[in-house]
Amino acid sequence: MIDAIDRQLIELLQQGLPLVSRPYAVIGATLNLSENEVLQRLSVLKEMGVIKRLGVIVNHRRLGYKANAMVVFDIADSLVEQIGGHVSQFSFVNLCYQRPRQGEQWPYNLYCMIHGKNREKVLQQLAHLIESCGLRQYHHEVLFSKQCFKQRGALYQALPEQEKV
Amino acid sequence: MDEVDKQIINHLQGGFPVCDSPYQVVADQLGLTETGLISRIKALLESGVLSRFGPLYHAEQMGGALTLAAVKTPEAEFDQVAEIINAFPEVAHNYQRNHELNMWFVIATDVPERLTEVIQEIEQQTGLSVYNMPKINEYFVGLNLKA
Repeated sequence: MIDAIDRQLIELLQQGLPLVSRPYAVIGATLNLSENEVLQRLSVLKEMGVIKRLGVIVNHRRLGYKANAMVVFDIADSLVEQIGGHVSQFSFVNLCYQRPRQGEQWPYNLYCMIHGKNREKVLQQLAHLIESCGLRQYHHEVLFSKQCFKQRGALYQALPEQEKV
Repeated sequence: MDEVDKQIINHLQGGFPVCDSPYQVVADQLGLTETGLISRIKALLESGVLSRFGPLYHAEQMGGALTLAAVKTPEAEFDQVAEIINAFPEVAHNYQRNHELNMWFVIATDVPERLTEVIQEIEQQTGLSVYNMPKINEYFVGLNLKA
């Protein structure tokens, strides 16, 4: 399990990795840890999956990925896992999740994100996906983003252990 | 942004080493100097091409909670509702999408109970029903965009 020191480390890292030769030593100095201890804790956090990935998050619009489509499908529950796995094989599918349906008004349970440089290209890729995975019989909708109001990582605070459930 | 910047972005989306001199390791792989790499990362962060450089956490593994939520906002009230929702520090992203369900946002909280509270508070403050769609299964997360 993660402890109070891990939480402090997590909170500090959210401000970004220091842009200096020994970034983990700098983080350690702030928390009174040795560089080695920081490295060990980070390795464990990565192994546990608490840190999914260490690296950069790009502003996709600034890289020219202006067409951001959320494609939602209404797939039979018994097939969603298999189809989700299949859909994820396509390199242009950036994210793929099963989510709960919201009644008749929103019956969709499989969500795929496709980021592309323009809408035409994204729609071509989607047509290819539907054809290749045999999804034509399933109802789907494509929701392009029009405007991004807020984009940042989630912020976590280092809560004292006793406050955790 | 030149070819070297693109290489750096593509490389770092795959991850950053956990070792004593990580910039040196990456610089060697890319044929750059350590200081050259650091100054280019700094410039990419300052120009906003990179929105963050650091860890991507798994909310549930940390004992927290994460969900995708949406509301149907009347066009006339759109900006007002966006302002209310974005004011919550727990709201990580918010996108307008071309659908009747036109505002889509991610809520991330330190503890699961807070997620329920945030949804209730958004419903009270906006008068709109929040569609709550936490993930059931994750088939793929590999949001690497080629620069």
